Amino acid sequence: MSSIGSGYDLSASQFSPDGKVFQVEYAQKAVENSGTIVALRGSDGVVLAVEKFIQSKLHETEVQSMTRLFHIEEGIGASVAGLLTDCLMLVEYARDEAADYRESNGVRVPLKVLANRVADYVHAHTLYSAVRPFGVNIILAAVEADVGPQIYMVEPSGVVYGYSGVAAGKAKQTAHTEIEKLALSRTPCEELVKEAARIIHVCHDETKDKAFELEMSWVREGMGYERVARDTLMKADSYGKKALDDTDSDSD
Amino acid sequence: RVHGDCYSNMATMTSKMFLPAISAEANEFSKPDWLTEELSTGTTIAAIEFDGGVVIGADSRTTSGSYIANRVTDKLTKVTDYIYCCRSGSAADTQAVADIVNYHLNFYKMEHGDEPSVRTAASTFRNLCYNNRDSLSAGILVAGWDKRNGGQVYTVPLGGMWTRMPVAIGGSGSSYLYGYVDANYKPGMKKDECLKFIANAISLAINRDGSSGGVVRLACITKDGVERFVLTGDQIPKFYEDS
Repeated sequence: MSSIGSGYDLSASQFSPDGKVFQVEYAQKAVENSGTIVALRGSDGVVLAVEKFIQSKLHETEVQSMTRLFHIEEGIGASVAGLLTDCLMLVEYARDEAADYRESNGVRVPLKVLANRVADYVHAHTLYSAVRPFGVNIILAAVEADVGPQIYMVEPSGVVYGYSGVAAGKAKQTAHTEIEKLALSRTPCEELVKEAARIIHVCHDETKDKAFELEMSWVREGMGYERVARDTLMKADSYGKKALDDTDSDSD
Repeated sequence: RVHGDCYSNMATMTSKMFLPAISAEANEFSKPDWLTEELSTGTTIAAIEFDGGVVIGADSRTTSGSYIANRVTDKLTKVTDYIYCCRSGSAADTQAVADIVNYHLNFYKMEHGDEPSVRTAASTFRNLCYNNRDSLSAGILVAGWDKRNGGQVYTVPLGGMWTRMPVAIGGSGSSYLYGYVDANYKPGMKKDECLKFIANAISLAINRDGSSGGVVRLACITKDGVERFVLTGDQIPKFYEDS
């Protein structure tokens, strides 16, 4: 449902007559052009998966550059969709806030608190004409002692919600449909890694999109944040490809 | 009655003879110490962990040199409903720091929707005491109860270090307690044993330290909140030579 801004979209300090802040809506569009990211909350942790577009055939995949998965704090990970350089700023902010909190309070920041602080920061950039909003959806994940695995996602408007499973980017609708089919709370991360890979493959449009690289990381109880190991990643990737081929061949 | 009048006259005469005259040239050196010394909680403070909570105790003397400015001071100060601190050193400094920590922890509770942990409280004390170490004279024991780790005692002495200890003592009177604590502390004591232990400790220090005295104040903090006690006069534990 898009409308033309015509004059009320020049800065974030303006409302339109129908109550929209167009700059924020445009920021959300920037996220919609980005590769899909998925986060799944399982019984013992959270899996983060990213459809990372490969810009050029000359791109060297061995050297990890322009990754969209980040380690924020001990046991806290993040994945991002949208303008990558905006994402890097937010990740830096999240890292600083988390470190600051630990220094003042002597304990790790609770994920809810960190997510709210990032959300406030993103929101602050929707108030003034001197800055533009972040074109970023950032997903934060952690396993907490009393409450278990957690996922929060912050949107360009500055709203933040907790989720059991969420997606952002180009094919988020398709991804959400797939996520809803899963019995997340009963599934361990070992399984979810494969499902996440499958969902990314389902979301990827061979005809319209560039080639992509599957990136995954997870936060697990007692293990903290890690990028998924190469062999586990390869297995999950081939499971994903195979599941896609199976569904393709099913349709007559 | 005649004798009484005589004594009071003599007292007035002597005080006029020996008191330093307050003149235009009076300076720090000619004024008595109670006019120039900073208010100090000379003090004895102590805290101990037990399974289910903590017991804390303190004396009640605040001095300004040799003058006892307050003989019924409360050195056990609340920072949250479940966390208290025992203050020793400068009365002003410790009150100011405790107030700031109270402010921080209140804010923490609003933001998190939950009680702060004892560790968080101790960390907040430590940050203030360390970052302002050159201006402060504050030796603090932070003790309380939280649902994750039960009863905990943290000591934050002069330089601003912090560490958790099962039993901690502080203040000028604590010098006389190291032997008592080393000889009598055993892990696994129950609440009532802890109350006796702390009361004994404060009493022993009061008997030996001129900067400690007055009543023995105690508090017990558990999941059910805080229970406070005051031991006055005969209630204070007696030892050899307390006739």
